[in-house]
Amino acid sequence: MKENLIKGSEIVCKALINEGVDTVFGIPGGAILPLYGTLNKFPELKHILTRHEQGACHAADGYSRTTGKVGVAFATSGPGATNLITGLATAMMDSVPLVAITGQVGRPAIGTDAFQETDITGATLPVTKHNYLVMKASDIGSVMHEAFHIARTGRPGPVLIDIPKDVFDELAEYDFSKDSKIDLPGYNPYLKIDQNQIEKAVDLINEAKKPIILAGHGVIISKAQNKLLEIAEKAQIPVVTTLLGISAFPEDHILSTGFPGMHGMAYASIALDEADLIIAIGSRFDDRIVGNAKRFGKNSKKIHIDIDPAEINKTISIEAPILGDINEVLGLLNPKVDSKTHPQWLKEVEHFKSEHPSLMIPESETLLGQQVIKTLSDLTDGNAVVCTGVGQHQMWAAQHYTFNKDSVWLSSGGLGTMGYEIPSAIGAQIGAPDKTVWSICGDGGFQMTIGELATVAENNLPIKYAILNNNHLGMITQWQDMFYNGQNMHETYTGNPDFVKLAEAYGIKGIRVDNQNDLEKAINEANNHKGPVVVDFVIEKVDYVFPMIPAGGSVDQLIEEEKK
Amino acid sequence: MSNGIHRRTIVALVHDKPGVLARISGLFRRRGVNIESLAVGHSEQKGFSRMTFVVGGAENSVKNISSQLNKIIDIVDASDISEKNIVWRELALIKVKCNQSQRVEILELSKVFRVNVVDVGINNITFELAGGKSKIDSFVELLDQFGVMEVMRTGRIATLRGATKIGINDGEFGESNSSDIYIADKDASGSV
Ligand SMILES: Cc1ncc(C[n+]2csc(CCOP(=O)(O)OP(=O)(O)O)c2C)c(N)n1
Repeated sequence: MKENLIKGSEIVCKALINEGVDTVFGIPGGAILPLYGTLNKFPELKHILTRHEQGACHAADGYSRTTGKVGVAFATSGPGATNLITGLATAMMDSVPLVAITGQVGRPAIGTDAFQETDITGATLPVTKHNYLVMKASDIGSVMHEAFHIARTGRPGPVLIDIPKDVFDELAEYDFSKDSKIDLPGYNPYLKIDQNQIEKAVDLINEAKKPIILAGHGVIISKAQNKLLEIAEKAQIPVVTTLLGISAFPEDHILSTGFPGMHGMAYASIALDEADLIIAIGSRFDDRIVGNAKRFGKNSKKIHIDIDPAEINKTISIEAPILGDINEVLGLLNPKVDSKTHPQWLKEVEHFKSEHPSLMIPESETLLGQQVIKTLSDLTDGNAVVCTGVGQHQMWAAQHYTFNKDSVWLSSGGLGTMGYEIPSAIGAQIGAPDKTVWSICGDGGFQMTIGELATVAENNLPIKYAILNNNHLGMITQWQDMFYNGQNMHETYTGNPDFVKLAEAYGIKGIRVDNQNDLEKAINEANNHKGPVVVDFVIEKVDYVFPMIPAGGSVDQLIEEEKK
Repeated sequence: MSNGIHRRTIVALVHDKPGVLARISGLFRRRGVNIESLAVGHSEQKGFSRMTFVVGGAENSVKNISSQLNKIIDIVDASDISEKNIVWRELALIKVKCNQSQRVEILELSKVFRVNVVDVGINNITFELAGGKSKIDSFVELLDQFGVMEVMRTGRIATLRGATKIGINDGEFGESNSSDIYIADKDASGSV
């Protein structure tokens, strides 16, 4: 008999601790009960009980985006596991490192359509970076460490580990030094940067007359914000970010030129179009930026710095790709780039900004979503952690909040997941306990994961939820008005709850604001409140997000403001 | 390249374990790529299999399919060898109607194609033929007059000519040189 035999469930916990995990989000159930049964032996692991597994997954995602660490979620087999899928898909699209651990029915029951049996490794194939079904306890240790390695390295993403109930109880040895040795011949995330690629890019940058940087989420993932600032300042290159690149570059900086694309600033889209060189850094040329791929960037050559080879030339042809970790690539590139400026081009960009202001808030008697965000930005000095749902409020947040150096931006960019707003903020606040977390919510998305308010209350997390309440699926109204002849269908709510009373029912402070005069006072009150707050901002019912470039369009189709 | 269908030949070294093919076929399905042929077998390395795919689809879906495949952790290496100097073969078993009076004639024909007879029945005969697609196609065409009962083809298997082996092996999660990585659309990517 071997001496050091421990239960599979204990191996899971020990491996989590060895990976530096301190918080897990989840919900127990039959198949994962053996794991929950050992959790109390490991006080280092704090478990946050959410109200829905989607909430657990988004919370883990929010935790990861604020800390840069791998987020962890637990769920039981069957419905618990399938409830994770939206959260995994959200993380997959936005390259967020997660490890999800699901219980599975016992080994003898697998394949028998047993109670709460779902082939979750099959179901999550397209929404995970990798996944595992672990059929013996002696594999748990190495699989756990492999999973963390895969989740956090290269282009990060979610990894799911499915463990049958009886495997949690099976005894096996766990040896950290052995089990954490990674042997994955098919996975080489550490790319050696090719000097030729660097040289080629340097030449293009030094020759360019109108260069622009398009900074994406990769800059944040690679923690390359300082190097981005360095190259931008050294070569005096204006910076636009992608939606998920927001907060990678301080927006109060003179070179900050907003974000381009469907609901980006007109001047950003125009500058990107006018440039003769686009330096894309950790961005994947998403269709909401590119629009018409044939028309995109017709005036420019392109440099694409990315860690994922599959993104190069995927939709846009690249003259100079550089494969590698962004922080490392910029470390090699920045010293070779000429210190210089492009006065003519910078003047032109300034001109775009003044000619196409984009962020003008229309005159209004009633409260507007844009005003709420602008005031919030001012009253938090642009340095809050900002979460959003999906829709108009998300775009207004992206547009009107000035993201400064210490801000963090969490939004479901790739999947566009409504319901992200409440749980992501839970993870964010736990990950950044000393920061002010504001979550900008739609009244639609808020109700998709509303049960997580109980999680907020239970853990007394001082999150400030700002509902931009228009009693509408606002973005749907906008699309129906603009593209479906104003035939508004199934986008108006007549049964919304009283959000203030609702918050109070959870034991959370509720504030209602329905006019411009009370705006500052309410935000200050929320900021000064020690616990969680829900502010119900009753905003103009029908309003539109502008500028807008319709899907598949280009700057030629740019709509700057509402036609009166 | 007819009807806008672009064809690529991909060779992959993969872990020999359950679920690998599902990951691969799932990727093809998601990206709208059709598997025209697929051949799998053990490789020279224990625990690893080699697969050859011929895939077809819109240019945009197939052009970087090997880089997408390389993201699958269980694939050690996938290479698009369509434009490389390759040797490839396909094996076919062809069962054709054949009464006693036709037998001599059919066997004569098969000699021209250097085809092996693997089975003879009272009313049929089965050939085994290895070669390129056109060789197999023409033989099948020739047999048509007698009545082809069944054609079984393995799909192509391929390898690079010369010493270059498919499948890199730079050891324990070592560095892979980014310039070794295949980037779709050679024209645009220049040095890589
Ligand atoms: C889970 C999910 N379902 C549906 C959609 C489609 N959708 C996109 S925006 C939107 C409206 C969002 O309404 P709300 O949350 O109230 O935000 P608003 O646009 O009014 O600010 C909908 C339904 C989505 N993105 N996510």
